[in-house]
Amino acid sequence: MLWSDMERFGRILDPWREFERMSRAFSRGTSPSAIEFPAVNIWVSGDDALVTAEIPGVDPDSVDISVIGNSLTLRGSRQPEALREGEAYHRRERWQGEFAKTVDLPFAIDAGKVEASCSRGILQVKLPRAEADKPKKIAVKSA
Amino acid sequence: MPDMAKDIQKKEAESPERGERTRTRRVYMPAVDIIERKNDIIVIADMPGVDEKSVDITIEKNVLTLNGAVDTAIPENRTMYGNEYGIGDYQRVFTLTDEVDKEKIQASVKNGTLKIILPKAEALKTRKITVKAEA
Repeated sequence: MLWSDMERFGRILDPWREFERMSRAFSRGTSPSAIEFPAVNIWVSGDDALVTAEIPGVDPDSVDISVIGNSLTLRGSRQPEALREGEAYHRRERWQGEFAKTVDLPFAIDAGKVEASCSRGILQVKLPRAEADKPKKIAVKSA
Repeated sequence: MPDMAKDIQKKEAESPERGERTRTRRVYMPAVDIIERKNDIIVIADMPGVDEKSVDITIEKNVLTLNGAVDTAIPENRTMYGNEYGIGDYQRVFTLTDEVDKEKIQASVKNGTLKIILPKAEALKTRKITVKAEA
């Protein structure tokens, strides 16, 4: 911003307030509670990655799994209980809504060989590493 | 209406007053929804990793305890690359009021979610009191 602009808007734009706004926005993005539903754990080996997600109460058939390059996206929703008249929530701690979560993996995935299973509310996605992405061993010939 | 739950981070359960646990694994407090209906109260608890065999519900006097055992085996020959949730058992304790008919409590588990139906005692179902005009 030019100083002449500062002079023009200086009374309105308080730089200190702007700094506070920015630091708030920053801490919101990095605080540990900012995990998006569903929470995932990622395990890797040289040949594949295993992503597990906690999706209790979600119908496994309704979860949409897609893979592009080295990222995996899970989409679905968890709907609240339908309340009739005279019924009320006493506590409402469980997450509800629609989710779309993308996780980046350390290598490219062979999208054709991805396998997914779900049991007891835990989704497990096995993602084999793309053949072209695997490290190659180079034999050293003796001259 | 209470605020929608935004924090999905699992919270560790507090140790019960009776003493320490013998197993050193982590114990989490499942997130619950409690809904009051006309004839019953429903408790829905998120307990991923639990099925009908590994969940245990007990009532002692007026204390309802939910316990869930989870298989904490970690995948072999793999290293952890990302970690957003911890794996451990579940426990949560509720104190019931006399309005619950303890003999008729039902529970079911589906897709890692436990649902408990606590029927209200007959005498305490919503009564309507008619107001008469004074003569």
